[in-house]
Amino acid sequence: MRPHLPWFSKNGLALSAAAVLSAGLVAACSSSSSSSTAATSASTSASSSPSTKAPIVIGASLSLTGDFSADGQAFERGYQLWASDVNAHGGLLGRQVTLKILNDNSSPTQVQTNYETLFAQDKVDLAFGPFSSLLTTPSASVAARYGFALVEGAGGAPSVFESPANMSDHNVFDVSLPIEDEMLPFVSWIASMPASQRPKTAAYPMADDPFADPPVQLAQQQLQALGVKTVYSKIFPAEVASYKPAADQVAATGAQVVVLGSTDVPTVAAFIQAFQQQHYNPKMFICAAGPDQGAAFTSAVGKPNATGMMVPNGWYPGYANAASQAMVQAYVTKYGGSPSGVNADVAEGYSVGQVMAQAVTATGGTDNAKIISYLHSGVTLSSVQGPVKFDSLGKNSAAAAFTFQWQDNGTTFKQVLPVSAAGSVAIINPKPNWTS
Amino acid sequence: MAREIYQAIVDGVLVGGVYALMAVGLTLIFGVLDIINIAQGVLVILGAYLSYVLSTRLHIDLFVGLLVTVPAMFVIGVIIQWAFIRRLRGRERTSMTLLVTYAVALIIEGILYEIFGPNPKQLNASYVQSSVRIFGFYLSDIYLYGFALAVLMVVAIYLLLYRTTFGRSVRATMQDETAARLVGIDVNRVAALTFGVGVAVTAAGGMMFGATNSFNPNSGYDLISRLLAIVILGGLGSIGGALAASVFMLTVESLVDIWSPEWAIVVFYAALVIVLVIRPTGFFGRQPVRAQ
Repeated sequence: MRPHLPWFSKNGLALSAAAVLSAGLVAACSSSSSSSTAATSASTSASSSPSTKAPIVIGASLSLTGDFSADGQAFERGYQLWASDVNAHGGLLGRQVTLKILNDNSSPTQVQTNYETLFAQDKVDLAFGPFSSLLTTPSASVAARYGFALVEGAGGAPSVFESPANMSDHNVFDVSLPIEDEMLPFVSWIASMPASQRPKTAAYPMADDPFADPPVQLAQQQLQALGVKTVYSKIFPAEVASYKPAADQVAATGAQVVVLGSTDVPTVAAFIQAFQQQHYNPKMFICAAGPDQGAAFTSAVGKPNATGMMVPNGWYPGYANAASQAMVQAYVTKYGGSPSGVNADVAEGYSVGQVMAQAVTATGGTDNAKIISYLHSGVTLSSVQGPVKFDSLGKNSAAAAFTFQWQDNGTTFKQVLPVSAAGSVAIINPKPNWTS
Repeated sequence: MAREIYQAIVDGVLVGGVYALMAVGLTLIFGVLDIINIAQGVLVILGAYLSYVLSTRLHIDLFVGLLVTVPAMFVIGVIIQWAFIRRLRGRERTSMTLLVTYAVALIIEGILYEIFGPNPKQLNASYVQSSVRIFGFYLSDIYLYGFALAVLMVVAIYLLLYRTTFGRSVRATMQDETAARLVGIDVNRVAALTFGVGVAVTAAGGMMFGATNSFNPNSGYDLISRLLAIVILGGLGSIGGALAASVFMLTVESLVDIWSPEWAIVVFYAALVIVLVIRPTGFFGRQPVRAQ
């Protein structure tokens, strides 16, 4: 092809090298490096009677930009909603709560810098965790060094609890469901079927992420033991050029079940699109994450295509818990939308605040050593996600795993598993075909 | 296995077409103006958002919408060049453009976050989900259209550069800026228009990216390293080279993906290194004219 512009600079190779280096720089900052350390101080000030006592300052790093920005911003809303509620009811120990939130840009290195800043420079009293297991592990080591309890809601991967820092200092407390076991209700449901009705084949595409892989790998192991043949099981890098080749490979297997180790909505949406194009309709489709993102999910994939999609979690907007319903109502009042559209991250963030509040109240202050000791005491706490009780590594051993499914043409998000659990409705099986 | 290989090749070629659409503008700017446009990825996303607005608010078809988004992106490109790049001169120009275009990326990303928020969007149309069966393979309609659009875009830019007065001015300016000035060419105007054209064609890449992927304001950063690798492999400034390199790189990645998805990215960049060792100017690169 002739259209070449023959003005290759004499510094062309240097330019090329600079370009690749620049690209590497950008990729390294990747998930982008916009406002990196820029502090997004989301302070929630007093709304009721002004207090003369100094406020309790709680520091957190969240992914307000970058790959996890959708989750990070939802988490921020959860933290802020909790702080607003607490302050409206007089604060903690009579002190107002102020949030100091820094943006980590979804970067595992920036998140460490942020917590260093919060502990060493800003001298915050308490710390809330960041979003994702990927960022919680490095954050926990910084918190451990400064003697802080890191109460978090989105770091449920085994790699978080088994990190050297946490094994030594036991300072991480995840208020949500530990992710490793979250697919078990789905597996148990398949196990409960007569052998002749069980699916025969399953595919397990997984994103390379500490959050996404463990539950899918455990599900694969257990489904194989039930006689469900694995026809595809591969881990793909989190940032591929296109999900289409991997999705087309899954489609070519014709697997009856797809268990997708996804971290976000775009991954799930890309697989759905490729499956549609290949006229491939799995009978069951469950994802580690994505369908739990409320309106963010249904708007990306379209409500009809959301129907029948499943996701494991410990909470959903319809959860029959008075505190949860009040939070959902408060959220809809403040941010608009419908209850089904409330992101599970909001509840996780809100729960972090609730658990910390109970620890502060019980210990009578913000002494982190006492808080760590209290949270490890075996006490059962309450949250909008249900009961919270920490084991020696900070896992919530009281959390119950559920499976949720989009139903009613993608308009409602319902608890379907375990079948016998209170609140579960009939599961849609098989999943309806995709709709153009 | 043979079927998997054929499918991988088909996927590589089709996805390569989408990447070509995103890379063409970059190679034009990169090759012609010696500017490393770090903002290219974010401009792709900006193009996707423009298509999203036209599609969801005004119900304009994605391809018809290009009649609006391409000129709009041209204007944005000219403004970026005029406001941020025009003043950069001298020996530090190349390195400074890195910083300036990165700043432009941050500004655009911030504006997009402010307007659209972080939740992912996706462009929709009937042909986005549909496909046609050929020789036993389902070929996605949107990817087929995208590939055709990529070829059309390459031809259009070729005609613009080699069959118009503006194209001659561009080439003359880049061969010898001083001589071009002496014969009466307004080199500042040429630079602005060239940058504008480079950004304008990115509108098509943005539409295709948005129709085949969910996107949010941050999505552009994952693209830039791949796009730069493609334009370097294709030969700096080579429009056809960008298409050839896109197809080559994405096909290689897609093939490796059959055996090991984790190695697919490594092979993508390893292919770049190997080709550059054998042919330092890329597939369609030529010896530097200005060095002669």
